[in-house]
Amino acid sequence: MNTQNPKKEVKPKITERRRFLTIMAQSVGLSALGGIIWTGYVEEAKASPLLLRPPGALPESDFLRTCIKCGQCAEACPYDTLLMAKPGDGLPMGTPYFIARDVPCYMCPDIPCVPVCPTGALDQESVSSEKDGKEVLDINKARMGLAVVDHESCVAYWGIQCDACYRACPILGQAITIEFMRNERTGKHAKLVPIVHADHCTGCGLCEHACVTEKAAIFVLPREVAMGKAGDYYVKGWDKKDQERIKQRDLKKLTTETERSAKKPQDYLNMDEELFDE
Amino acid sequence: MSKLYKYRYLIARRATQIGLLFLYFAGNAWGWKVLQGTLSSSELFGAIPLADPFAVLQMLSAGAVMGVNVFIGAAIIILFYGVVGGRAFCSWVCPVNMITDLANWLRRKLLLDKVERKVWVSRNARYWVLGLSLVVSAVTGLAAFELVSPITIFNRGVIFGMGMTGGVLLAIFLFDLFGVKNGWCGHICPLGGVYSIIGKYSLIRVAHNEPNCTLCMKCKEVCPESQVLYMIGKKSQIVDMGECVNCARCIEVCDDDALGFSIRDFAKSKSKGEIQ
Amino acid sequence: MSSMSRRDFLKSAAAATAASAVGMSVPSEVEAKANAAEAGWRWDKAVCRFCGTGCGIMVATKDGKIVAVKGDPAAPVNRGLNCIKGYFNAKIMYGADRLTTPLLRMDENGNFSKKGKFRPVSWKRAFDEMERAIKKALKEGGPEAVAVFGSGQYTIQEGYAAAKMMKAGFRSNAIDPNARHCMASAVVGFFQTFGIDEPSGCYDDIEITDTIVTWGANMAEMHPILWARVTDRKLSDPDRVKVVNISTYRHRCSDLADMEIIFRPGSDLAMWNYLAREIVYNHPDVIDWDFVKKHIIFATGFVETGYGMRMPDEAKKLGYSDKELETIKQEANHTVTEREAPGLAPLGYKAGDNMKMVHRGHALGHWEISFEEFKKGLEPYTLDYVASVAKGDPDESIESFKKKLETLRDLYIDKSRKMVSFWTMGMNQHYRGSWVNEQSYMVHFLLGKQAKPGNGAFSLTGQPSACGTAREVGTFTHRLPADMLVKIPKHREIAEKIWKLPKGTINPVGYQHIMNIHRQIEDGKIKFAWVNVCNPYHDTANANHWIKAARTMDCFIVTSDGYPGISAKVSDLVLPSAMIYEKWGSYGNAERRTQHWRQQVLPVGDAMSDTWQWIELSKRFTVKDVWGESTIKGGKKLPNVIEEAKKMGYSEDTTMFEILFANDYYKSFKADDPIGEGFDNTEVFGDSRNVLGSDGKPWKGYGFFIQKALWEEYRKFGAGHGHDLADFDTYHRVRGLRWPVVDGKDTPWRFNVKYDPYARKYAKPGEEFNFYGPALKVLKRGNLKKIDPAKGKIDLHGKAKIFFRPYMDPTEQPDKEYDTWLCTGRVIEHWHSGTMTMRVPELFRAMPEAFCYMNPKDAKAKGLKDGDLVWVESRRGKVKAHIKTRGRNRPPRGLVFVPWFDERVFINKVCLDHTCPMSKQTDYKKCAVKIYKA
Repeated sequence: MNTQNPKKEVKPKITERRRFLTIMAQSVGLSALGGIIWTGYVEEAKASPLLLRPPGALPESDFLRTCIKCGQCAEACPYDTLLMAKPGDGLPMGTPYFIARDVPCYMCPDIPCVPVCPTGALDQESVSSEKDGKEVLDINKARMGLAVVDHESCVAYWGIQCDACYRACPILGQAITIEFMRNERTGKHAKLVPIVHADHCTGCGLCEHACVTEKAAIFVLPREVAMGKAGDYYVKGWDKKDQERIKQRDLKKLTTETERSAKKPQDYLNMDEELFDE
Repeated sequence: MSKLYKYRYLIARRATQIGLLFLYFAGNAWGWKVLQGTLSSSELFGAIPLADPFAVLQMLSAGAVMGVNVFIGAAIIILFYGVVGGRAFCSWVCPVNMITDLANWLRRKLLLDKVERKVWVSRNARYWVLGLSLVVSAVTGLAAFELVSPITIFNRGVIFGMGMTGGVLLAIFLFDLFGVKNGWCGHICPLGGVYSIIGKYSLIRVAHNEPNCTLCMKCKEVCPESQVLYMIGKKSQIVDMGECVNCARCIEVCDDDALGFSIRDFAKSKSKGEIQ
Repeated sequence: MSSMSRRDFLKSAAAATAASAVGMSVPSEVEAKANAAEAGWRWDKAVCRFCGTGCGIMVATKDGKIVAVKGDPAAPVNRGLNCIKGYFNAKIMYGADRLTTPLLRMDENGNFSKKGKFRPVSWKRAFDEMERAIKKALKEGGPEAVAVFGSGQYTIQEGYAAAKMMKAGFRSNAIDPNARHCMASAVVGFFQTFGIDEPSGCYDDIEITDTIVTWGANMAEMHPILWARVTDRKLSDPDRVKVVNISTYRHRCSDLADMEIIFRPGSDLAMWNYLAREIVYNHPDVIDWDFVKKHIIFATGFVETGYGMRMPDEAKKLGYSDKELETIKQEANHTVTEREAPGLAPLGYKAGDNMKMVHRGHALGHWEISFEEFKKGLEPYTLDYVASVAKGDPDESIESFKKKLETLRDLYIDKSRKMVSFWTMGMNQHYRGSWVNEQSYMVHFLLGKQAKPGNGAFSLTGQPSACGTAREVGTFTHRLPADMLVKIPKHREIAEKIWKLPKGTINPVGYQHIMNIHRQIEDGKIKFAWVNVCNPYHDTANANHWIKAARTMDCFIVTSDGYPGISAKVSDLVLPSAMIYEKWGSYGNAERRTQHWRQQVLPVGDAMSDTWQWIELSKRFTVKDVWGESTIKGGKKLPNVIEEAKKMGYSEDTTMFEILFANDYYKSFKADDPIGEGFDNTEVFGDSRNVLGSDGKPWKGYGFFIQKALWEEYRKFGAGHGHDLADFDTYHRVRGLRWPVVDGKDTPWRFNVKYDPYARKYAKPGEEFNFYGPALKVLKRGNLKKIDPAKGKIDLHGKAKIFFRPYMDPTEQPDKEYDTWLCTGRVIEHWHSGTMTMRVPELFRAMPEAFCYMNPKDAKAKGLKDGDLVWVESRRGKVKAHIKTRGRNRPPRGLVFVPWFDERVFINKVCLDHTCPMSKQTDYKKCAVKIYKA
């Protein structure tokens, strides 16, 4: 509350100090406003994309943080697969990505795009494996995305002998296998349908590129988008390795809650009115 | 000949700016190993890493864990501009400078300066934007200025294809033409701020020789950071403010040999008490 | 309608057909939607344009354009399904670069010039030029100077019209189809073994058999719908049904196979003999002696027959390079190698011997031998010897390979098993293709596993009408319709009678098979060649020579096609052809099933059918132009038949059109046939395009039902001779019939009394089989090495033959410099030279270029990595291709596979033009190349 008489307009005298503080306050205010808008924009840009990143890319949030947008990966790509997001693309500006339907990743064995990355946003280690005691590049370890089949529009599921995706797959027989299904309708023409295996699929997109339907019936999505996650409270009894999947079990989250368990036991027990018909 | 001489620095600057863009373009299009990458980070002669220190700073602020190469690259850049070039990046390398210079030139030709409306933006705004980019980077986990920087957008546009890059550049052009004189480079651009700080103590400086000065003020008129020429007609000394971009336009327009490049002599400066 | 997208429509239509096929009731809403979508669409039955499987499809047209296709659910072959190519039948005709007008090479003044650029001309001008060029050729070189590159993709009527005009009109036998490159070895196998062409079994074998062995057949990619049936059979009883894939490299069939055998190129000859030897020597109990004694005789033939190349001296004269001559020299003299010597030992050869190719001229010659002689011939083909010859993967152990051979033997000799052996180009495109075809029957006959449901060696056809047109119509140089041969006087007489020709019109010498046509253009002997429904300058091995010949020799090359390909490019005149559903037609598939379709739409631009082109050409030639005396091979004379013709009521100026196509018989087929009601019939009525025809006037049609006339005349040839076909109208009602069609019923299994009326007709009482094929049924007799004239002749009517054929090394084998086998072939996405499928965006995208498939270890050893551009170079030529080390085809070390569809990877420049000396079919599967970084 002002202690002075409110009715009396007294022009306050502006000291240098006051002036400085005011400017500071204004600047901080403007900055805060700008900052909020800016942050909003950045968050938006971050959230938007279903983007496929080059091989060896860190998880998306780390990747965005670490990519310096120098484009050296795109320059190294012999197939012009990698694009750099431009204004108007509606994607995080300046970051490398590819559109598999247009130009997929051809999975060069020497992965030229990765070692040139100056920041490690493309992590060489994640696409290397040990061979004869040496770290060698291994493109099969790339996890750019995961191919997903739309069974409705995949003509192989209609019974058409297609499997163009399977033949296009650089790790055919592992990343995509063909499942033979009897065709009950004709009684004599098995369906040969493609099945994608997340363990091996690198997300290169050669399958999506090759798909003969008007809009690809097999397409690559970022793995976080494409994959679900089985719970960490059950281990496949028939699979010795499965326990690895859940070794990170968070012990703090053991208590379960549902609507039914919301009430404390004695509260619940003390509410017996509904039991009796009126 | 004399005309060429008169614009010798301008020609050299444009040649450098365009030449660099060309080398970057060639690095992608034909695999030339001279300069590959972009202004954010590149490789010189296929061996020497270079990196934008401000980008690296933002990324650190965003929490990125990076390879050693970028730090070496950033160190090389800081060393170069800090010791030698001053804020020369802005006038000799940055491609946006060509846009804003054009806007500024048009402004003078169209006499827009004379009818300037008061759109007040402090020249210190760039330091606020600088700070803000670090804060936003920290908050969002993403190098914030890099996401919108027209400098790298322009640079990448030339190398990888323009898309709607033209729109961004047009916005800056119009802002500088009709909005604030030297609005982008002289007021807003945080990268300019960064290089102002880095280059404050560099060796190559413009120096004023007061006795020759006729007070025509052509230098102040043409200077994109006219505040750095506060000493014109007052005393002989080097231009010591970091905001000077070493563009040498003042030297070119001075008909009286009152301005020229010099090497900073710390000992001498100190003894004369020229550094404040 | 408009609110329903095409996809929606297809979906609901598919649901409706699917539902009706399994007798489900379709929700009325879905059905109504499907009906609504169909409004304004006309569905009619047709057949897939592509391979020899012969899938039935339904074609939808709206506003004169084809808008969609669906698999025909009523078609027994495919029951409504298609492969990835068949899926795009609706799109093949509407490529942006369809040929729409005739194009002639002209100079600036508008005159024809061999060095000129292509410019549009009228049909009239086009026929003027053809007439001029043919008359010049006839004058300078006689009838043999006029040649046709025919096709297994001709409709039956087209092929028939072309053959009729060539053989009856021009009196030239220089017509040979691209089926020569595709099925000729199978044909020789059939003729020599059965005395009649085409398989004894049918596709139903797949559902009945227990064991399916593919020998050099990538059915998964080349016969996908049949492979779907094989797969379904396997799934129906996974433990019982066994699938074996035998190939020189790993391909898609291995996915399903229980066992894969990778063999060295050419050694299938040895593997079949191993199976026969095991049967004869170690498991005689499995021989079906009752069958063999009643129905089989044993035979053998010459081995000194060359490799179907030019003779070294003539090649040298023509300027073939020294490198080429290194291989060609074997055509005259071959040094017996260590590898083949043991297998040739019973014939008296040992390693290092010079085998003089003295029997090049009569490679087909064969004679009867005793079972003991036959057995003697097989003696060397022990497991050890055959394994050492045949193991094709250097990284496989010999023990493992032997085990596989033994497993294969066990499957074949298991009496409780039904066996089907399938093959395609692996056995047909083979330097001894006819031999290896015969060997398959050898094993099946010994076991009594032939001509029975679920049992048989079955040759899968490559092209949609290789059987129907090329073989049944006889568009080969040596053939006439219905398995008749020009060299047999009685056959010529029959043809002359049906065709109403003067006696002696038909040329008795047919030797200008496809390779000879190319070579004779190079020699300057053939002056005119017309390319019909094929792409011989893309598809023939050693292509550099033929392209150069076409462009530099004094010859006039015409190509009729829907799209511009390499053949059009090297031609002097290009004619725009109507494509499949733009004309009436019929095809005959691999199981002898004949299927007809109606013209669905008008052709694009000024394109006209090949039938029309042939018949219009016939208008330009009169009796005196073509039926005078002329000279043929070896200075022999064809008699002047003009006087004879006059006696038949023809005059000197009667045109071939009037005699061959517009005679009273043809005119008796009325234009307004109910079969054609509501459909276009450009040939009969002309059409709304009013194309300016061969006389420069708007085309108004022949006024009689030419397609029906051609068919009805054609079927006279086979009726009553085991080749019976149904009448024209019947085929428009049914989903194809397998000939012989007797009393309206088709014949699934031939030579078997239970199923084949002809077998019933000829069999003696109590016999279950009769091999009634009439050809080559009187034989001389002899031993393994030669004919013994003292033994006289044997008549074996009603019987089939088991041949002994030895193993011989391939013509060209990898050596130090050219260290890698090259095998070529197809991929599922593209049909042949890609003229159609490379225009379908989806197929182009799925397979935009031909790769060089290579073993990763080979790549590493040569310092190459996946995706590198390499040169594939042979003694004849080189091409660039990108290597693929992890693709669909996985060759063993030392072999590469390059598909030939892509004219930018023109692999036929590299291939060797060696053929089976009997069938003259090119071996595209074996030559030696070197691979290095480009």
